[in-house]
Amino acid sequence: MERIPILKMGPFLLVTIQVDLYDRLALTLENDLINMVSKTEAKGVLIDISAVSIVDSFMGRILGNIASMSKIMDAATVVVGMQPAVAITLVELGLTLSGVHTALDVEQGMELLRTKIGQLDTDEEGLYDSYI
Amino acid sequence: MIVISKEKLTIQKEQDVVLFRNRIKELATKIGMSLVNQTKLITAASELVRNMLRYGGGGITHLEIVSKNSIPGVRLIFVDEGPGIKDITLAMKDGYSTGKSLGLGLPGAKRLVNEFDLKSEPGKGTTVTIIRWKNGL
Ligand SMILES: Nc1ncnc2c1ncn2[C@@H]1O[C@H](COP(=O)(O)OP(=O)(O)O)[C@@H](O)[C@H]1O
Ligand SMILES: [Mg+2]
Repeated sequence: MERIPILKMGPFLLVTIQVDLYDRLALTLENDLINMVSKTEAKGVLIDISAVSIVDSFMGRILGNIASMSKIMDAATVVVGMQPAVAITLVELGLTLSGVHTALDVEQGMELLRTKIGQLDTDEEGLYDSYI
Repeated sequence: MIVISKEKLTIQKEQDVVLFRNRIKELATKIGMSLVNQTKLITAASELVRNMLRYGGGGITHLEIVSKNSIPGVRLIFVDEGPGIKDITLAMKDGYSTGKSLGLGLPGAKRLVNEFDLKSEPGKGTTVTIIRWKNGL
């Protein structure tokens, strides 16, 4: 079965989505990621969607599910590289990715995750953390 | 309104959706639609085609380039012969879903296009028509 590779980088998991996902593939990714967070006790999940040109309510729900499940396991989720056209479209669609943090690129996403780990017991929100 | 080109694509499984989305992208690019408008159109189409598969048991999509007052646009028609929608007003509400999902597909798709028409008859099926004009806001 086709799947999206998940990379372990220290305390974080990194997923780079290279193609527009069809539903089955997205569901497999959700399952794989949640299993990996649980198995590796990762502290953060970074999902790079810079190559994704369409995020609809199904894909949005998957991102939200990954974030909320990870949160239960004490891991933060950051989605990086969302294309501006996708961000604009999501607003009009009416979708808010609750619990999902966003950053411009992988580097900034890593930075954000590191501050999250650093301040686990203090403030919930980072300085340049943004919700969409 | 003039129909400049038209084609049909049968949607029976998830993999058909990939081809369908790509074809819309080609048509939208052909008429010079901006990237943001293309993204809105394809996202709306993605919602409607999923509904067709999930609730309507698959169906046929019509992809057209149309023109009104010399402004080109892409018209998409989704036709299924599934169970239909009993209460359209309810189905168009944000958050209403009989499938335990987000309930944003129909109302969201409507917001993302310039023209939206939904016709449904219980027991007969559902037809949704959308248009996004090249320069429509
Ligand atoms: N093609 C269709 N055939 C039958 N029922 C449909 C169809 N499309 C939508 N519906 C009904 O309308 C509801 C709302 O659809 P939608 O807004 O896309 O939300 P969701 O797909 O998350 O349920 C669906 O739950 C379903 O009951
Ligand atoms: Mg739907």
